Amino acid sequence: MSGEPVDAFAAAQAEGRRNAVRLGAKAEYDKRLKTLGRDYADPDSLRRLAGDIKQHTLDHLDVYLERAVAQLESHGAKVHFAADGEAACQAVLEILAARGAKRVVKTKSMATEEVELGAFLERHGVESVETDLGEFVVQLDKDRPSHIVKPIMHRDRREVARTFEGHGLGAYDDTPEVITRRARQHLRRKYLEADVGISGANFVSAESGRLVLVTNEGNSRFCLAATRCHIAVVGIEKLVPRDRDLAVFLNLLARSATGQTLSVYTEFIAGPRAAGQPDGPEEMHVIFLDNGRSEILAGDCREILRCIRCGACLNVCPVYRQASGHAYRGVYSGPVGAVLTPLLAGEHFADYADLPRASSLCGACNEVCPVDIPLPDLLLRLRDRGKRAGVRPAGAAPSMASFARLASRPASWRRALAAGKLLRLVPSFLRPRALRVWEQNHALPSWRGGAFRAWMKTRARPETKTAPP
Amino acid sequence: MSDARRLIFDRVKAALAGVADKRPLPDYPPDAARTRGAQSPGDPIGRFTERLEAVRGRAFTEPGALGAWLRQQGATRGYCDPALADWLGPALGPGIALATVFERARVDDFQFGVTRARGAIAETGSLILDDATTASRLGALAPWIHVALVAPGDVLPDVAAALAALGDDPNVIFCTGPSKTADVEGILIEGVHGPGEQVALIHPFGRT
Repeated sequence: MSGEPVDAFAAAQAEGRRNAVRLGAKAEYDKRLKTLGRDYADPDSLRRLAGDIKQHTLDHLDVYLERAVAQLESHGAKVHFAADGEAACQAVLEILAARGAKRVVKTKSMATEEVELGAFLERHGVESVETDLGEFVVQLDKDRPSHIVKPIMHRDRREVARTFEGHGLGAYDDTPEVITRRARQHLRRKYLEADVGISGANFVSAESGRLVLVTNEGNSRFCLAATRCHIAVVGIEKLVPRDRDLAVFLNLLARSATGQTLSVYTEFIAGPRAAGQPDGPEEMHVIFLDNGRSEILAGDCREILRCIRCGACLNVCPVYRQASGHAYRGVYSGPVGAVLTPLLAGEHFADYADLPRASSLCGACNEVCPVDIPLPDLLLRLRDRGKRAGVRPAGAAPSMASFARLASRPASWRRALAAGKLLRLVPSFLRPRALRVWEQNHALPSWRGGAFRAWMKTRARPETKTAPP
Repeated sequence: MSDARRLIFDRVKAALAGVADKRPLPDYPPDAARTRGAQSPGDPIGRFTERLEAVRGRAFTEPGALGAWLRQQGATRGYCDPALADWLGPALGPGIALATVFERARVDDFQFGVTRARGAIAETGSLILDDATTASRLGALAPWIHVALVAPGDVLPDVAAALAALGDDPNVIFCTGPSKTADVEGILIEGVHGPGEQVALIHPFGRT
């Protein structure tokens, strides 16, 4: 068994789950390809445009953040800042305490997942209910989401049905429609009883201060229709300059995530509800979260802050498809997780330094990224950082330094080729450890070493260059 | 200014001080993200209807036909925007009761909700609701069937046009087809928390 944690997770994973993730991810990838190609003559130039807009925003983040804050405050929203996850949770708790609020409904939000807000609230005596169907199941199971967009991609209907049965949500029935109807009935009670709705935000327009919330189920809309107070926890990198830029991002987000032209509910929130509207929050709070983002902005992997959390890089990644989201041991999985998780870990970087190595650098993640993040480059920069920090790979990959010594000395190279031929005759258990480990997951091809040198010696030199056919 | 706010701004400014080549804001045309299908203007209402049906919504142009469909669905008790009830009640035909207040206690009793849309998007088949036009957020969301009255002149060509028209309403929402999920094994189920039927009644009621 190779010692890299991602490999260990992949190997230990039940076959059913591996299949569920592999097929689920591939299905999403196929839908993406179909809609983008059908709707745009040149989707690549749209991706690059989105990447440029987002990078521009990050390069001027102080200006845009200031602008968004001023707009939100002028619309009657209260703006807070949280330097880390603990501070964000405390800020939420203080708002709840001021309202005497004990019941909260939550929409799916990676930022609140990142700061573990739900568990924090439960510890402080607040009932916090996840309302996205997938997140609801994850919460009932005390599991973790295995995908940014599809939290229960790793589970099948039988597991979900058992969870519902175990939590008193009706007798066992694994029909997806029955599961969904039961969640509908159960959760609408929760919305109507709740004091506060908590969300994240997919985008914030600096020009208007509008928060953009995107869902398919309508759960965020229900949170913002039934409750009297809305709290949004928003990473400082979520900004875009203007409302018009949202056309680029919304069109790309839905197509990249699920192959839809537009998500079902796309909500633009500038402040508390209008006078005369009977439903929705009379009080709105926005908590801008740093939690390591400004440090990432200062480093050489800052492009990762462009990410709009569509999940396309997970769906296309051969490592993610085999290993599933839990192998990444953080909130963010797949290629984006392999970059973000070690960066967000701060002083615990070394604990996640294996993630950037768990990639073949095939580049597919960059090709599908709606904001053109150079993920393979970032993975390499983090490998380098890991090496500088003295983190040693757990696996047994031969070092490139010894290869370089070998390959730059003709005599040693010839000896190595001869040794390679002999290796075939050595029984497996006597082969070097590095090779034995490697051979657990790979088949050693038949030895062809020396063929090129032999050909070089004997080839006939062409007299004239021939034109290619 | 709070300490956290100052701290975060200081950190961001310090991070950006070291960035040599800051990327400029790209200049791009308003139609950069317009889809191929929306490029020829054509008839926006026909296009809207086609796209709405493609996302599994429905369109009606006659209240009588809508009423017949509601009865066929067994949907006879509904919430209706008070500004529409006097006209729509008789127009839907017999056997349908309209309430003009969305009472939370009746959340499971209302089988449909009728509201006004601020507009619609032809490119995506979306309804545009906002706080000023749409009488009740819950009335447009909680019942199984949502009917939005769309004035033909309010159908906008594409998403970019709808964004340009956000105006100063504190809450605008684009609704594109019925509420849905594919969280369980990727199987599409409609009507998760919101309506399982998203319906547009395209009619110039109240417009001259």
